[in-house]
Amino acid sequence: MSAATAWTIPEVRAALDTGKISARELVKEFYARIERHNGELNAYLALSPDRAYAQADRIDAAIASGDALPPLAGVPLAVKDVISTHGIPTTCGSRILEGYRPPYDATAVTRLEHAGAIVLGKTNCDEFAMGSSNENSAYGPVRNPVATDRVPGGSSGGSGAAVAANLAVVALGTDTGGSIRQPGSFCGVAALNPSYGRVSRYGLLAYASSLDRIGPFARTVRDVAAVMSVIAGRDPLDSTSAAAPVPNYVAALGRPLTGLRIGIPDDYFAEGIDPEVRQKVEGGIRLLEKLGCRRVSIRMPNTEYAIAAYYIIATAEASSNLARYDGVRYGLRVPGGTLIEMYQKTRGRGFGTEVKRRIVLGTYVLSAGYYDAYYLKGQKVRSLIARDFHEAFEKVDAIVTPTSPVPPFRLGERTSNPLQMYLADIYTVTGSLAGVPGISVPTGKTAEGLPVGLQIYGPAFGEDRVLQLAHAFEQAGGAEL
Amino acid sequence: MVYYATLMAKVTQDATGILPEIMAGYEPVIGLEVHVQLKTATKAFCACSTRFGDPPNSNTCPVCLGLPGALPVLNKRALELGIRAALAIHLNVQETSRFARKNYFYPDLPKGYQISMYELPLATAGWLEIEHDGQTKRIGITRLHLEDDAAKNLHEGFADSAEKSYVDYNRGGTPLAEIVSEPDLRSPAEAYAYLTALKQVLLYTEVSDCNMEEGSLRCDANISVRRRGAEKFGTKAEVKNLNSFRYLQRALEYEIERQITVLESGGKITQETRLWNVAAGRTEPMRSKEFAHDYRYFPEPDLLPVRVSAAWRDEIASAMPELPEAKRRRFVRDFSITPYDAEVLASTRALAGYFEGVVRAGAPAKPAANWIQVELLRQLNDAGKEITESPVPPAELAALVAKVESGAINAATGKKVFARMFETGKPAAEIIAAEGFGQISDTGEIERLCREVIEKNPENAAKYRAGNEGVFKFFVGQVMRASRGQANPQAVNDTLKRLLS
Repeated sequence: MSAATAWTIPEVRAALDTGKISARELVKEFYARIERHNGELNAYLALSPDRAYAQADRIDAAIASGDALPPLAGVPLAVKDVISTHGIPTTCGSRILEGYRPPYDATAVTRLEHAGAIVLGKTNCDEFAMGSSNENSAYGPVRNPVATDRVPGGSSGGSGAAVAANLAVVALGTDTGGSIRQPGSFCGVAALNPSYGRVSRYGLLAYASSLDRIGPFARTVRDVAAVMSVIAGRDPLDSTSAAAPVPNYVAALGRPLTGLRIGIPDDYFAEGIDPEVRQKVEGGIRLLEKLGCRRVSIRMPNTEYAIAAYYIIATAEASSNLARYDGVRYGLRVPGGTLIEMYQKTRGRGFGTEVKRRIVLGTYVLSAGYYDAYYLKGQKVRSLIARDFHEAFEKVDAIVTPTSPVPPFRLGERTSNPLQMYLADIYTVTGSLAGVPGISVPTGKTAEGLPVGLQIYGPAFGEDRVLQLAHAFEQAGGAEL
Repeated sequence: MVYYATLMAKVTQDATGILPEIMAGYEPVIGLEVHVQLKTATKAFCACSTRFGDPPNSNTCPVCLGLPGALPVLNKRALELGIRAALAIHLNVQETSRFARKNYFYPDLPKGYQISMYELPLATAGWLEIEHDGQTKRIGITRLHLEDDAAKNLHEGFADSAEKSYVDYNRGGTPLAEIVSEPDLRSPAEAYAYLTALKQVLLYTEVSDCNMEEGSLRCDANISVRRRGAEKFGTKAEVKNLNSFRYLQRALEYEIERQITVLESGGKITQETRLWNVAAGRTEPMRSKEFAHDYRYFPEPDLLPVRVSAAWRDEIASAMPELPEAKRRRFVRDFSITPYDAEVLASTRALAGYFEGVVRAGAPAKPAANWIQVELLRQLNDAGKEITESPVPPAELAALVAKVESGAINAATGKKVFARMFETGKPAAEIIAAEGFGQISDTGEIERLCREVIEKNPENAAKYRAGNEGVFKFFVGQVMRASRGQANPQAVNDTLKRLLS
């Protein structure tokens, strides 16, 4: 058996069941590994050993007394720093929340701990989840463990890197326009953005409320499914969480793919895509065909408007969601002579450039006289994109695309041109706007050894199908293409 | 421009004493925006208590403190009370309404936005009748929408209040209904009558306790003036902080004079927000920073659209109490009391209930109405008590009224008995018996009755005088009968003995 830190959820469970290791020893192993590698990777912003060991001891006590163990017993978990954790610093990668320790846990965290998972700490991210490279963190960028001169993707770069570098078994990330799937792709791990409403947002520090979702990172699709089975479902604390029944995602994995129709939007492979990425994704599609899927060409005609609509809607909501960081109640306060001055100084120093850019953009599109031209039009485009998906899912069971048009790039390579960075979100923002689930799974590596991700979209609340496809793909050697 | 500003300042200060005939040439146009706190046990979007007067910041949680990541969940009871209020003022409850975010920065607004219905309010297009100058007038109501209340900034009362302000978030997140009238009011008195009628309905329906001191009823006014006969409205000013009936009337009177003065001196009304300065007794423009907001409304993405099914709406409607107007009409019709009496007695649900309780216990309606209005309300007022705290229950007042109506006691005695009932809480019969209110103790009256009886029965008088003491009982019985049992027996004994000796 491999090193403990490389284990999957079933391997952790087997080790605990057979007494090969205790939960406490396992946590210790992880902290030792984090100690060795986090200096270079900067994946974690805060560690929570007290809480982790306390939970480990509860698991060990349950094992000792022969109690039935919950499904994720002893599974070390990393949590993106935009998710509220009681007593553990939660900064969103921002100076403005320096020193903030929430008095409550996000529902997803509560559910995972209840299921036996062990929170190791909080992972780095782009400030307020705004970015695609993790270079927008106020606490320094995360390095991609696959190639440390490269970015891990963003905004959930710390979660992607932690899982890829065996600094956690699983991690929670959040996705607004691609922030789970793209770092999953860049770090070479499985990463699921669930349907909007599938996982409670209670405790997710909002960037864009109508788009934000919490989802898992793991080294196997089975582990993603296991985490989903715990975090999915209606939460009375989140009015937008859905009451749709939660299937057993793990049990659904084994089903054959025979006869499943996979839609390929041919336009997605035409322009602006890196040739190596295209080659790997096309290879992935052929593998799915070999597994019994039928390839169907589809059109997603409104995709060209997706980036514009996304950056209007997301920034509009962000401008409102980030208003509460005013220095009055928590986090950073820079004193000023007047109230307005305190606001200006606090927000001026507390927020980074990208966050300010999006607040200004969002404030503008909601302003009197511009609302109809921007926000309202953005919402209309959003409906059209949702219709594209809806119509496609009348003909196909899933849609397959690249996750990102480019492989992981070098740190600093793209920071000078925010628009170029925005445009690289094209394959992920469509699904964000439509509210559908999408997973990124590794589909081989470039000549330089950089991971490439294949994205599989399913209809709303069709996580089971998405996971089924991704699992079969992974088991058939998709990552080694 | 400087000159103009100076002139305006002067006009503002001197806005008194304008000639009545000039005033009469203008017509005020007023609309009211009334905020009422809904009487829920918990806040609009979280489970914190709405209790007033608790220690600062004790009724708070991540949601109403606007902590990052917390989400609102609509209090169904708040929605129900909003629907009930809407139905009571004849609004159409919308099948679909939606909360929006009203964005602005202020320390009492922890989220940086207020959650408030905007494009799609809960209910639209209703009316409320007001009584003014003996006339009934129907005032249009544009809309009712729900929102959450701000917290409270505390600028005074702390040792370091000179440098610091504090915030109490207990009130933050309390559910409010905002009720916006049409510009149908034509005088401060009508505005007063409207607010009175609205408050009455809201109290009747138990939507709010409408306590202005505690801020559970607040009022802003939109006001303009136009030349009498003109069709076009003048430029309006919004006057805020009208938090009592008296301030509402005074502020409107002041603002009407001010606007007329400006117009008469050739000036123009600026569309602006003004504050009622209680101490100075005038309205003053708010500094532009305080109101120059672009609220950047957009639909609240954390809440689903609000759906009110016809079935639920009808269920709420069917559980609605009888409203003041209907009650007044019924009182006049069923009890033959005057419209004025009906108005007084139906002014609160509790008083109306009391009145009906007295009638139900057997008292005739008209005297019951009088007793309540004259004696009971006066005593309550003197004692500083509410009708619900009356020491005299309706059935006991009914018993007293019956005694007076049957002539068992006279009205003057009745009032004395009532005063004792109010003081002691004892039933009328007990007070009459114990305190001799039912007896004739007037010696002159008793002597008159005794003489009459002796004159009518000379034989028995002779028998008594001859030593037959047995007939004395006969005389006592006759006198008691003549007094319908109310003569003081001891006095009768003494008087008879004296007259027969």
